[in-house]
Amino acid sequence: MHLVGGREGCTVWPMPGSAAPAPKSPSPRLWRMRRWQIAGTAAVAALGAGTAAALAAGAPAAAITVAVVLVAALAAFWFVRNRVRAWTYTEREDDLIVARGVLVRRLSVVPYGRMQFVDVTAGPVERAFRLATVKLHTAATASDARIPGLEREEAARLRDRLAALGEAKAAGL
Amino acid sequence: MTGQPGGWHRLHPLSPLVRSGRAAVGVLAIVGISASGQFGHDGSHLLDWALAAAVVIGAVVNWLVTRWKLDGATLRIETGLLRRDSRQLPVARIQAVDVVRPFLARALGLAELRVRLAGSSHADGRLAYLPEQAALDLRARLLAAHHGLDPATPEPGEQILASVPTGRLVGSVLASGASLLIALLVAELVVILVAPAVLAASGSTFLIFLLTLVPMVWRRLATEYGFTLAQSPDGIRIRRGLLGTVAETIPLRRVQAVRMVEPVLWRPLGWCRLEIDVAGSPGRDHADGSGRLRKTLLPVGHREPAWRLMLLVMAADPPPLVRPPGQARRKAPLSYHFLASGHDAATAMGVTGRLRKVTTWVPLEKVQSVRMVTGPVQRILSLATVHVDAAGRRVRAEFRDRSGEEAAQLVEDLAALCRVARRRATGTAIPAGAVPPPSIPPAPAIHAQSGLPLAGPATQPGQRR
Repeated sequence: MHLVGGREGCTVWPMPGSAAPAPKSPSPRLWRMRRWQIAGTAAVAALGAGTAAALAAGAPAAAITVAVVLVAALAAFWFVRNRVRAWTYTEREDDLIVARGVLVRRLSVVPYGRMQFVDVTAGPVERAFRLATVKLHTAATASDARIPGLEREEAARLRDRLAALGEAKAAGL
Repeated sequence: MTGQPGGWHRLHPLSPLVRSGRAAVGVLAIVGISASGQFGHDGSHLLDWALAAAVVIGAVVNWLVTRWKLDGATLRIETGLLRRDSRQLPVARIQAVDVVRPFLARALGLAELRVRLAGSSHADGRLAYLPEQAALDLRARLLAAHHGLDPATPEPGEQILASVPTGRLVGSVLASGASLLIALLVAELVVILVAPAVLAASGSTFLIFLLTLVPMVWRRLATEYGFTLAQSPDGIRIRRGLLGTVAETIPLRRVQAVRMVEPVLWRPLGWCRLEIDVAGSPGRDHADGSGRLRKTLLPVGHREPAWRLMLLVMAADPPPLVRPPGQARRKAPLSYHFLASGHDAATAMGVTGRLRKVTTWVPLEKVQSVRMVTGPVQRILSLATVHVDAAGRRVRAEFRDRSGEEAAQLVEDLAALCRVARRRATGTAIPAGAVPPPSIPPAPAIHAQSGLPLAGPATQPGQRR
């Protein structure tokens, strides 16, 4: 049951007197990046575990090991795809909504005025796919507004917008 | 102290002695051990004395290079010989001001002034040590400036709200220790029944546990002894301590959340503990109290007066509480009996806990984010939990296990209410010194069994007084 957020059955609440802003998703390249990450990890794991099994117990054991790794990789594909699809963010007039998670569904509403700082990070893999992660920090450690897999331009735009709105609507502690 | 009023000041000349007091004792112990010839060799006394001298010289140099001044609306502290640390503490950002007197300082008539800002404890401004009277004067000046008054305004009078008799404090500490002991005895019994052979080994762990319990009990008694809570126009004042004393002053508008904790062994006695959250992590300040102590508003008290204190600190009426739907019993069988939550236009309150009941109350104008979390079991039962986060680590009111549609509606409502509350707070910033005079509102109706406040006749629903 999808309560709020997500692609299908998505509910985002309109602000009174304004059109409901549409929820946005991370870049499609995020899913491509995650595919490569899973495939790479699976290849390394299959090679390593397969070789070890072949040396220890012969070819049939190696074949079984590789098959297990491949099945695990397929399961990971399915799980990660759903996870990537479930991630959405909505820029409303006064707050940012981030919805994520499949098994445990999480939805955060973070007012711009509560923002302490914005983090834009891009690891080596993310850089190879020209992606970046934006994280909004507040004074509460639990507020959790992280958006991975944004295209660089979108990440920069979001960062600037958040910074500007944060300053305009800032509220003290 | 040197310099003109308004100019740069030094700390008290005896500060190096007090600051290096602990280190000096340690060094003296080392010197004593090696001097007693246990580690029979000579010629190394030089090293010991060099060590002692280094500690003393370090403390003296630190004193020499440290200076402070109150510059209009900013407290400036400069310290450091090689790495110069110049710190500006804007008076408007003060979260709390503490006057801390460790035993040695107290014996010499000195006190440390600690200015708490939001953020980690590294952000705190610490002036160790000032003469006692100078520390109190500076505190008064800082708080007056914080409230936008002339810094020369004398410290306003106070009204004592609560104090903790020593007998009750001892009883509460024993009850806490007793619950630990009972848990351990149960574990011990299980061990005896399952594996008698391990008995000897577990017996010794029991002894070790007892030995660690004693300093814990002593520390709580020593730090919470003579606990006094007072209210004055510049905020809430807390005083406590047996050998070393601490006096905290927290401006009322800095309160992020208030929490009432009722441990299982305290409940038959009708006791509870109150905690108060101010922005900034408590951090580790050894010697004068752990993080938990730094949050204590009342270490132990009866529930009804404690309720009144909570109302006073929040300056609001409690919101009507609602219990979660019946299917929540299947998800949270051990805590369902306590679960309740509710909100009005100004505050949100959540009750959680299995054995000990925890009631958290958060003013909406301080809310940092609103979150909804739906776990797998909750989704099957169509439940969801809504968190209302305030500044700090795990400072939140939980609307646990509400029905799905209600939770979605709650997120929307709370986000909107928080926005309004925030605008009201920033738009009509509390004018200088216009904190309402001390007044104790009547005790709320409390449900006899659940201990929950009833909706009751809210005088001004939705308005923080």
